[in-house]
Amino acid sequence: MRLNKIILSFISALAILFSTSVVSLAKVVGDKIVLGAAISLTGKYSSNGVHTQNGYNMAVDRINSMGGVKVGGKTYKFDIIYYDDESNPKRAAQLAERLISQDGVEFMLGPYSSGLTKAIAPVTEKYGVPMVEANGASRSLFTKGYKYLFAVLAPANLYLDVAIDLAVEKNNGKGVSVAMAFEQDAFSQDVRLGVLDAIKRTGSKKVIDDKLPKELNDMAATLVKVKQMKPDVLVVSGHTKGALTAIRQISEMKVDVPMLAMTHCDAAKLSKQHGKNSQYALCASQWHKTLTYKDDFFKDGMTYDADFTKEFGYAPPYQAAESSAALLVFKDAFERANSFDQKKVRDALAATNMQTFYGNIKFAEGGQNVDKPMVLFQVMCDDAGKCENKVVAPTKWASAKLIHPIPSWSKR
Amino acid sequence: MDFMVFQYPMISVQACLDGVLLGILFALIAYGMALQWGVMNIINIAQGDLVILGGYIAYFMYLYGIHPAWGVIVSPVVMYFVGIAIYKLVINKVVDRDLFISILATFGISILFMQLMNFAFGADVVLANSDYGTTMLFNNNVVLPNSKIFSAFISILFAVCLVIYMKKSKLGRAIRATAQNARAAKILGVDTEKVYAATFGINAALCGVAGALISITFTIHPYMGLPYTIRSFMIVIVAGLGNLPGVAMSGMGLGVFEEFADYILGTEFRIGSVFLLLVLILVYRRFKLSRKREYLK
Repeated sequence: MRLNKIILSFISALAILFSTSVVSLAKVVGDKIVLGAAISLTGKYSSNGVHTQNGYNMAVDRINSMGGVKVGGKTYKFDIIYYDDESNPKRAAQLAERLISQDGVEFMLGPYSSGLTKAIAPVTEKYGVPMVEANGASRSLFTKGYKYLFAVLAPANLYLDVAIDLAVEKNNGKGVSVAMAFEQDAFSQDVRLGVLDAIKRTGSKKVIDDKLPKELNDMAATLVKVKQMKPDVLVVSGHTKGALTAIRQISEMKVDVPMLAMTHCDAAKLSKQHGKNSQYALCASQWHKTLTYKDDFFKDGMTYDADFTKEFGYAPPYQAAESSAALLVFKDAFERANSFDQKKVRDALAATNMQTFYGNIKFAEGGQNVDKPMVLFQVMCDDAGKCENKVVAPTKWASAKLIHPIPSWSKR
Repeated sequence: MDFMVFQYPMISVQACLDGVLLGILFALIAYGMALQWGVMNIINIAQGDLVILGGYIAYFMYLYGIHPAWGVIVSPVVMYFVGIAIYKLVINKVVDRDLFISILATFGISILFMQLMNFAFGADVVLANSDYGTTMLFNNNVVLPNSKIFSAFISILFAVCLVIYMKKSKLGRAIRATAQNARAAKILGVDTEKVYAATFGINAALCGVAGALISITFTIHPYMGLPYTIRSFMIVIVAGLGNLPGVAMSGMGLGVFEEFADYILGTEFRIGSVFLLLVLILVYRRFKLSRKREYLK
């Protein structure tokens, strides 16, 4: 009886082992190139996770319908296996293992957020799986010497240094005083480092340097200090909640500051939630629909915006646009490598030098995109209260003139 | 360390007023917790999540064009029934059990609520705009958003109504009797099962009010409940059960403490300082108790 049990469990163990290896998908099945992605479809990053997935899907459909990927004289189509990482870094790393060792995926797309990309990168690196990611901007991702990680977006330290340059320019080249409030997470702290570099470079000085907690929903103390110190620029980075909390409390407390620069206004739908109170805020963005970059698949930003809105029912935030760009980069690399050999594809990715609707893409040694500057847009509202984001810097891409200094609350 | 708060007296005034207004709101949540802890001997880890759910109710009213202040009336009504439902489904099975079991059960409810809210409302941070404006004091040196003043006022109003209700009404008396001695109350004809359900419902309703106020004053997000649970736990620990003035005082005290910690230690240590204070108070209480025990020996 006991022996029977042992034999039975042995057989079932073998069966499980075989079943997993049988269902394994190869990297290329028939005419399909299978990419893997762990994405936050539930949990705290689920909104941006969905934007990322929509961006990927949009590009897959577009590339497939426009002829697919040509490798070795044959045409292939993209396909993506998705798993939900539940916004949890540990889960993301497990899923990356699973995608590679069980599903046989040999090329990966990135997850949403720097934290999750950090969790996955060591895994893809270990297996030598090229990963093109579109939503991990933390500088620390690009200083670890990863060979298989490529990011289509500009690193986090470049998000807000443009704002400091702009303030200095408006101050006739003289240094300005800067108040900073940054959340304590990898991304925001990298943004902070970038601002600190800019402060040093321009001879400016920091007057407030507050760190905001993860559970942030009240930054009144920081704003009281801002009222007291009267800095030239206030820089805030604390994801969506940071942007929303800042605007709410700045307007309630009537804090006057000549320039206010933030991140994540796009995801926060700032003007939709706060209307005219969000006016004049400067927001760092990876992409804006009015930029005039072009490619063969999505044409330009305006067309992408229209097509995406038609398909998904909402205007694409930059998280979606950069995710779509990741697929364009993969297609380009496969065709140049003319092979599915991971090393060759990796080398082709490293040599990428192309323009997409999202921006120019060229990778530095560390894998970050060095050919695409960040843009700053300013929230501008008309008298009827309808607000729009208009690009004001860098000057080359500006579609409106920066309003500076911000009019005081008593005059609004 | 930054001692700016002491260099500029107006900042101290600002911190005190902000702290008191915030503390009154915390005290309302804590009062709910103290009530059901006292009556049912249950520590409700899902307290903060009930608050957030209440906030979403006000937010959805705001989305449909109704002023979010009406959420202060609608949210507690809805939350009362949510509370009764939770009681019937889960809490009544753990009410006479070990405290640890109830903590586990409510912890489970907390996780479930977070995920359900995330699923239903999305992971975006949201808020409801009241457009109440601002009150300027001391030559514009101290600013108080009217939404915060409104929150404090409504919290006090609800707390006072509840105290009167507990003193005068039949159910209120039954609740107090059950809190004192459930067995004796049962023998004397009080339907304790009903009392428990009503208590949990009232607690959820108070969370609903607080949530609606938080959506007007701050922001809400499915995963933002825990800090509210911790704060109310801390207030109840300091004040003791069934001590409403104590809850109000320790709520305001905590609010002011948080504000000053924010200015002096930095915003990043705001919640951390609450935890630290909790540990210090627990250690102090233990120390006091052990001295008493020695004395008895």
